[in-house]
Amino acid sequence: MHVLVKLFAQYREGRFKVEQKEYQEGTTAQMIIDTLELERVSPLGVLMVNGRHVAPSYRLQEGDEIALFPKVGGG
Amino acid sequence: MADLIYRVNMSNLSFKIEEVPAHWMGLGGRGLTSTIVAEEVDPECHPLGPNNKMVFAPGLLSGTSASNSGRNSLGAKSPLTGGIKESNVGGTSAGIFSKLGVKALIIEGLPQDKETFYQLHVTKNRVEFIPVPELVGLDNYAVLDAMMAKYDKKVAVMSIGRIGEMRMNIANVSVKDPGGKLRSHGRGGLGAVMGSKKIKCITVDAADYKEVTIVDPEKFKEASKIFTKALQENPISGQGLPAFGTNVLVNILNEAGGLPTHNFREGRWEHAEKISGETMAENIKARGGKTTHGCHAGCVIQCSQVYNDKEGKFLTSGFEYETIWALGAHLGIQDLDLIAKIDGLMDDLGVDSIETSVAMGLAVDAGILAYGDGQKAYELISHDIPTGTPIGRILGAGTHILGKMYGLVRVPTVKGQGIPAYEPRAVKGQGITYATTPMGADHTAGYAVATNILNSGGHIDPLKKEGQVELARNLQIASAAVDSTGMCIFVAFAALDDAKCLPALIDMINARFGCALTIDDVMNLGKTILKTEHEFNIKAGLGKADDRLPEFMKYETLPPHNVIWDFTGEEIDAFWNF
Repeated sequence: MHVLVKLFAQYREGRFKVEQKEYQEGTTAQMIIDTLELERVSPLGVLMVNGRHVAPSYRLQEGDEIALFPKVGGG
Repeated sequence: MADLIYRVNMSNLSFKIEEVPAHWMGLGGRGLTSTIVAEEVDPECHPLGPNNKMVFAPGLLSGTSASNSGRNSLGAKSPLTGGIKESNVGGTSAGIFSKLGVKALIIEGLPQDKETFYQLHVTKNRVEFIPVPELVGLDNYAVLDAMMAKYDKKVAVMSIGRIGEMRMNIANVSVKDPGGKLRSHGRGGLGAVMGSKKIKCITVDAADYKEVTIVDPEKFKEASKIFTKALQENPISGQGLPAFGTNVLVNILNEAGGLPTHNFREGRWEHAEKISGETMAENIKARGGKTTHGCHAGCVIQCSQVYNDKEGKFLTSGFEYETIWALGAHLGIQDLDLIAKIDGLMDDLGVDSIETSVAMGLAVDAGILAYGDGQKAYELISHDIPTGTPIGRILGAGTHILGKMYGLVRVPTVKGQGIPAYEPRAVKGQGITYATTPMGADHTAGYAVATNILNSGGHIDPLKKEGQVELARNLQIASAAVDSTGMCIFVAFAALDDAKCLPALIDMINARFGCALTIDDVMNLGKTILKTEHEFNIKAGLGKADDRLPEFMKYETLPPHNVIWDFTGEEIDAFWNF
């Protein structure tokens, strides 16, 4: 299935901003996080799919857009 | 020697020094300014008349070696909201006031002579009133240069520009930071109050100061170490904020569908990436600015930055998400360098960069400029507002009055103050804070974005109503308390997620003053502050109907999540049940 993966802040370093990826059915958000070794950089802060916060156990669907942010903040 | 109250009367250019009344002893920062304003200012007074007062007060820990304790509060009745206002700032004033033993500087009255502007020069046990005709008509950097030429470089400087002299609602009070740039008591038009009192600038001399006394230095040192470690180890205050500044929020709010776009018509902006924190950090790296910069001595977070243009020439510092959002997604400027140029200009002019920029976005609906026309925006801000042309006066009166002048319905304000950067319909906890805070729409009053969007202090679904009132209440109580300590509000990220942080902060207060406050005491202080402010507002004529968001948010759905503002009045009013 096709999933649009978007990375932000420190997660972009040495990786990418946005890429269309191909994953097998049943792939979870956590599996994507692990494959990209994101948490070696910084703990996961915000995980959204199609603009909604979801748990890392979320199973991706065809056409989903997943956005991954390390722990960041402001105000 | 105990700290003292310095009281200045502009009506007869006199001052006196008073002992601190017992019931003000345990207060600092916002707790003290709001208590004094509530006790001494008639809530029905005209904010620019003789009966309003300006109260400056450093936080309880300001002037100590505690990390991030350099915030100074300024309180008064606000000409923008008609209610009580506290606005706090970094810079050097909090530390210098504390070291001089000034618990609060209260400025009352209006001069008889309507022509002369004054500099107030505060030294140990003395306040001088110096007429400054040569500074009239100058903006902040020119005033700062004049004061730097006159005094030791360490002198604290608080000033207004031309727009403050003209008493416009968007005028702020600007404060020198340790690097010689400017920080602002930004919101609520407090620069207009300073202009009404004919004060061009206030200088606080650092020559006579001494280190603040700490009752139990050992205990203080120990608690301070734990506190600093908590800030440094927290991924947000230790890594995220220093690397990307607050502007990292552009992409997060955009993803969440909570980035107000084109005057709150949509929750996403197709050009968000161009103005994002990631783009800003890349530019800084390529052009030789600084991604880290502290607004006050002792800051270990360093969320500020120095942002240069393509030639490496300084454009601005303290380049914040809310300003970038307002000039970007809200007004439509896609060029981050032009946004930076306008931000630097607003520092020099001494205007609230949020109120001014929210008004500029609304000016698109008024037909004054086109969406995305940064050149026109620059011209209006650099020429029309500071020279006081009729259109400049209307814009300078702020978002709410601009809306009234042009017969607009979609006016993003609460209590007359422009709503910043977080769409209330899509970040509902923040919407509750905007509706209820006594300050008017103010994101720092109770930053529910932390828990709605950033997963700090847990997670509460931003699109649902459940839990939002309680969240906003708890955060507003905690923020009122933190605003009294002199701490930067960003210590809250560590406080929300690290159990060691808050006890260490309270231990520092206890060690400083030799008291035995508990977490409950500090939370009770926050509650008392909020209730004091709320009561002032009610007496000033701000009722339940003012604790509401703009009506259009109740009937216009916001894409992409197609949400409306669906809280009833009763549900919002339950905020005050504590």
